[in-house]
Amino acid sequence: MDFGVDDDDEVYTSEADEADVGTFTAEKTRSDYEVDFRVLDAHDIRTMQHDRARQVADILGISTEHSAILLRYFKWNKEELIERYMDGPETVLQKAGVITDDSTAPRVMPAPAGFCCDICCDDEPGLESLALRCAHRFCRSCYEDYLRKKVVNDGESRRIQCPATHCSVIVDERTVERLVPAAVYTRYQMLLTRTFVDDSPQLRWCPAPSCEYVVKCDVPQAALRTVVPTVQCRCGTTFCHGCGLEDHLPCICELVKLWLRKCADDSETSNWIQANTKECIKCHSTIEKNGGCNHMTCRKCHHEFCWVCLGPWSEHGTNWYNCNRFDESSSKDARDSQARSRQQLERYLHYYNRYANHDQSARLDKELHTRTEKKMEEMQRTSSLSWIEVQFLRVAVDKLYECRMTLKWTYAFAYYLTRDNQTALFEDNQRDLEMAVEALSELLEKPIDPTHIKELKQDVLNKTSYVAKRRETLLEDTARGLMEERWKYQVTL
Amino acid sequence: MSSSAKRIQKELAEISLDPPCNCSAGPKGDSLYEWVATLMGPSESPYAGGIFFLDITFSSDYPFKPPKVIFRTRIYHCNINPQGQICLDILKDQWSPALTISKVLLSICSLLTDANPHDPLVADIAQKYLQDREAHDRMAREWTKRYAQ
Repeated sequence: MDFGVDDDDEVYTSEADEADVGTFTAEKTRSDYEVDFRVLDAHDIRTMQHDRARQVADILGISTEHSAILLRYFKWNKEELIERYMDGPETVLQKAGVITDDSTAPRVMPAPAGFCCDICCDDEPGLESLALRCAHRFCRSCYEDYLRKKVVNDGESRRIQCPATHCSVIVDERTVERLVPAAVYTRYQMLLTRTFVDDSPQLRWCPAPSCEYVVKCDVPQAALRTVVPTVQCRCGTTFCHGCGLEDHLPCICELVKLWLRKCADDSETSNWIQANTKECIKCHSTIEKNGGCNHMTCRKCHHEFCWVCLGPWSEHGTNWYNCNRFDESSSKDARDSQARSRQQLERYLHYYNRYANHDQSARLDKELHTRTEKKMEEMQRTSSLSWIEVQFLRVAVDKLYECRMTLKWTYAFAYYLTRDNQTALFEDNQRDLEMAVEALSELLEKPIDPTHIKELKQDVLNKTSYVAKRRETLLEDTARGLMEERWKYQVTL
Repeated sequence: MSSSAKRIQKELAEISLDPPCNCSAGPKGDSLYEWVATLMGPSESPYAGGIFFLDITFSSDYPFKPPKVIFRTRIYHCNINPQGQICLDILKDQWSPALTISKVLLSICSLLTDANPHDPLVADIAQKYLQDREAHDRMAREWTKRYAQ
């Protein structure tokens, strides 16, 4: 399957006339909910770094190597670097550890007389030693050990400082290269590349375990309220470029964060308590009334009170079971607040249950994947269809999973929408997709009847293309709504 | 001899020859990597008159990795917790291979004189230090008397 993607790759690059090789855009004609992105490998990242460094080098009139060090020091913020450089090139160069005059570059040389390395306490005459411009001199082998431990054990690269206490002079790249073995230097460079990706907002590592691709997407952080930048890595993982979480179309990142936090903390437990219980006025124990009459006797303090008005039971005289204080304003307020809280809880649970349900179904659909494999084999045995011809089943299962994930996030999104006509339309789309998904799901779960395989295939193909269409419609409309700022939220973002 | 052992030996010779004021340090037993140190409470601090014992453990990566230093004597101090762990920058991210044990001991001494309540390990002691310095010092003196004399 990978070959297919790679092929597409090249087609797109040649068509788009891209300078970089091995990159690709999402689709030729992209829908409103899709964004342009490119998958980059290690080589592309290096080229990118080099291009940026060359650009700055041209502006400042320095070498590419020096501008790369400066850019790294400024976390690849070109504007800040240029501004600061114009203010005082000397200070900037020094701070970042750039040595412009090669004659002043740190050199390994025999130590001066009376030298004792502060690290190993060696004081042999003629010991090879090195000092940065801060003149803190250490012997060569200690320097090497120091750099190796910083790079290999601590994963540091950009800001390795002189080994002396509280000295902030940065060890330049050339010195590192000169001192450490090749393998360590390779890792050093890899770490530098990593800082480049981490420092660039347009770049994000693919979150899949041990995947080494980087996805570049130009949607700025500020636009995340109007776009959901969903990208797909060359390894097949689909994720949100804005927040790095799983694909959460059509819900925007901020709402996803709110929703996940809401689901994670147990604030809803307290909501439940509020909705379903009252407190004993005397000892403040929480009481749930699960039957019986309104005459409450607290288990703990034996206080007797009326469940309806919470007043002492003794004052009720003979009006038991028909509390005449029911309409008093204070008890009315209590009732109203209780009703509101109960309603809120119900609303949350409505959305949460559906969200969780689709989440679970999507996970079960993964199992369906394995079962489908078996079905496909069975189908080959019982009918005249070839392996290629039974692929439609797998396509259907994949689509089903995708739609379930989308549905799942529509519920998180809908939870935060205010009730208006737009929301009603959204929910119509949601319902249509849900119905289509359930129909397809049912069809795929059913055992195969060997006599009706042709019909089954037709049916599955129809339903698959229908759910794809429904998903497309929903996502298109939501994306357009986001761009037009048509959606009104119950929370202020 | 490994480079760490060589360096530790050198430090040992130095510290025995010219010990920093108010402290002493040396190997606990046969191992060069396990030391014990004593620290006299600085006279201008509430720990005055106390003798504090510390355990020092060097790793084979020494001096590229900081030594582990732990108080063995209970002390009422906002940067030292009941387990004896010390919150001191040079024992963590600010460690430099050019530092030595005698410099570390001196830093701990000055930590006893000037606590750092804004980066506390024991929050309630730090709070007391900031809100009621006198009560804090009284408590520290009391603990010194009880545990360190």
